[in-house]
Amino acid sequence: MYPDELRESALRVAASRERRLKEKHPRLAPEEKDALLRGFHPDFREDTQRPVTVGPNSGDRMPHELVDLLEARSRLDLDAVSLDRPALEADVLIIGGGGAGAAAALTAQAEGARVLLVTKLRLGDANTMMAQGGIQAAISPVDSPATHYLDVMGGGGYTNDPALVRALVSDAPAVIAWLEELGCMFSKQPDGTLMAIHGGGTSRKRMHFARDYTGAEIMRTLRDEVLNREVPVVEFCPALELLLDGHGRCGGAVLQNFETGSLLVARARTVILATGGFGRLHVSGFPTTNHYGATADGLVMAYRAGAELCFLDATQFHPTGVAYPEQLLGQLVTEKVRGVGAQLVNGEGEQFVFPLETRDAVSAAVIRECGLPGKGVATPTGQRGIWLDSPMIESIHGPGTVRRELPAMFRQYERFGIDMSAEPILIYPTLHYQNGGIRMDPSGNCPRVPGLYIAGEAAGGIHGRNRLMGNSLLDILVFGRRAGRHAAASALPAPGRLTLEHVRRHNREVEKAGKGGRLAPMLLPDYVGREPSAS
Amino acid sequence: MTQPGPEFIVVHILGKAYRVPAGLTILRAMEHAGYRLVRGVGCRGGFCGACGTLYRTRNDYRIKVGLACQTVAEHDMYLTQLPFYPASKARYDLDGLAPSLATLVRLHPELPRCLGCNTCTRSCPQGLDVMDYMARAMRGDIAGAADLSFDCIMCGLCASRCPAEQTQYNVALLARRLYGRHLAPKADHLARRVGEVAAGQFDAELDRMTGLDAKALKGLYDARDIEA
Repeated sequence: MYPDELRESALRVAASRERRLKEKHPRLAPEEKDALLRGFHPDFREDTQRPVTVGPNSGDRMPHELVDLLEARSRLDLDAVSLDRPALEADVLIIGGGGAGAAAALTAQAEGARVLLVTKLRLGDANTMMAQGGIQAAISPVDSPATHYLDVMGGGGYTNDPALVRALVSDAPAVIAWLEELGCMFSKQPDGTLMAIHGGGTSRKRMHFARDYTGAEIMRTLRDEVLNREVPVVEFCPALELLLDGHGRCGGAVLQNFETGSLLVARARTVILATGGFGRLHVSGFPTTNHYGATADGLVMAYRAGAELCFLDATQFHPTGVAYPEQLLGQLVTEKVRGVGAQLVNGEGEQFVFPLETRDAVSAAVIRECGLPGKGVATPTGQRGIWLDSPMIESIHGPGTVRRELPAMFRQYERFGIDMSAEPILIYPTLHYQNGGIRMDPSGNCPRVPGLYIAGEAAGGIHGRNRLMGNSLLDILVFGRRAGRHAAASALPAPGRLTLEHVRRHNREVEKAGKGGRLAPMLLPDYVGREPSAS
Repeated sequence: MTQPGPEFIVVHILGKAYRVPAGLTILRAMEHAGYRLVRGVGCRGGFCGACGTLYRTRNDYRIKVGLACQTVAEHDMYLTQLPFYPASKARYDLDGLAPSLATLVRLHPELPRCLGCNTCTRSCPQGLDVMDYMARAMRGDIAGAADLSFDCIMCGLCASRCPAEQTQYNVALLARRLYGRHLAPKADHLARRVGEVAAGQFDAELDRMTGLDAKALKGLYDARDIEA
């Protein structure tokens, strides 16, 4: 049940449903989409970004919140740590315990490497766990890797690294087969055919899913396998800095026990950075769907080690974050809700955008609509939003569909007294994904830092300026496995004596630039004492 | 007329009282009170099971449970988090396992000791019928246990309250993996496509595609046919 402010407008949505069932909103023409993005997407606003003044990307524009961290001094007291006697040693050190890190660990160990996985929170605490929608792979007879390739490039504005996209779409079927082998419970037809639906920007139905817990199902399966294979895992132990030898080759990291504060040195032949993205930086003040640990730590460490970043001026806002109730503000309403038929509707009960445009376009359309008099809807706390007509799913597919197909979503709203199968839900864009990241090649190798590999959301270039739904769960596994394989097989000579010289150099550079008032990596966001709307 | 100020409630975190605005989740109430959490917080969206919490309200002897990120704090709530639970986890090689009752009991010898008290079901923040899926596991109905437990987030609250020392969430995970690996119908079209990719069947098309510039790609993209 909605408060009075919202009820009237929700009733208008219900009243127009019958008419809208027969109505198909036209897709945006390419030039309309362009104008929409330029006019309303936060990436194009002047006040949200600035050029970074230190390091390899000096002069490149990125969100203020990220630049603040790249221009920060090291959190590590460089004189307090002795690098001579490493506490931990391995062939492959994996930093990060989400889907990419777990996939890398399993793959590297299967190649015969001694693996060590360290992670800031728990194994499995990652955005992977929260991905509800699905995972893309071109496996139907009417689909092909090349068709998938075209969708990815078009979604990314033709800026993506073609070699990375080719790797992504070519490995996709094998990744799904690997998960099937591991016992992942994909939703299937009785004959074993994987169920498939459209996602925003797909030209074929290639979104595969495990009910609406796709990411959780993948993550809990990989986590279980990591434990079964007895991969050594150290939890609550974030990395503070990478370690390089005199030739700039990566050979370990300085870690910190989160509970005791003690520092640990880990030495390895190769290092895989799978630390995730930057959602918890709350870029431009947006709420976020992201996990508590998504604070860009890997970007900060790799940047100091000399890695190049790319596409970090392109932030993905998921068009459908929760706008009401307040307790769920910013949390994800999966794209699958639109995939199975719900329309986006303004306060007057009218459609204003085709529901399955790419995420950047739908977000911009929602922001535009909320700025038009009478079209947006305001909650009692002043948060703006528009309606996602979830009861429409039941009109199309029959009663009980919402509860059956979207149990996670249904449960979340039910906890706060909203029956989304009978009442529409109020949404507004939320910070969802870091489109860019650390530049790498198709083996996951960071070209400027030998011995360092990247996987998962920390990587950049795969999605260009905009990722499509269902390609993130895919990329973490494709590049997690690639990084694991290549890091295990690296032919580089063993690293020499490890140093933190690059961090000293960075500290001097930020000081010279008159920066460095902050410390980074951030490790965790600070919500102490904040008002409810802050997170 | 002046706007009414926020209403406040008192919550007792680890026995200490804090005044916080009404309407916050337990997680936000703790942060409002000054806790900067490292444990007992995760996805903040009800998916990861990091923030299992035990609580009691005044004048009620019963201990209740919930996820801190999904449960609204109430006045006079006495709470503690359970961010880690030292439950056992069987190690196994999935490929070599038979999807049978014998496998479940060998890896979880405590399974037949379930008392049928239903405390697990009452403790599940996901509203799952935990006792029912455990009953199916005890009958060797792997598919049923997998199906009914599918929405489990492995927070461990069921195990923490179980008088028979069951680890329901690990039994459920084993059942799901056994089902997915050995009982679910295999995706033949997937295996075929993996073979086609390995045989290089799509290489020529991808070679051509990766060679196109943005303008040529855009031409193809704008003219795509979309599967109905």
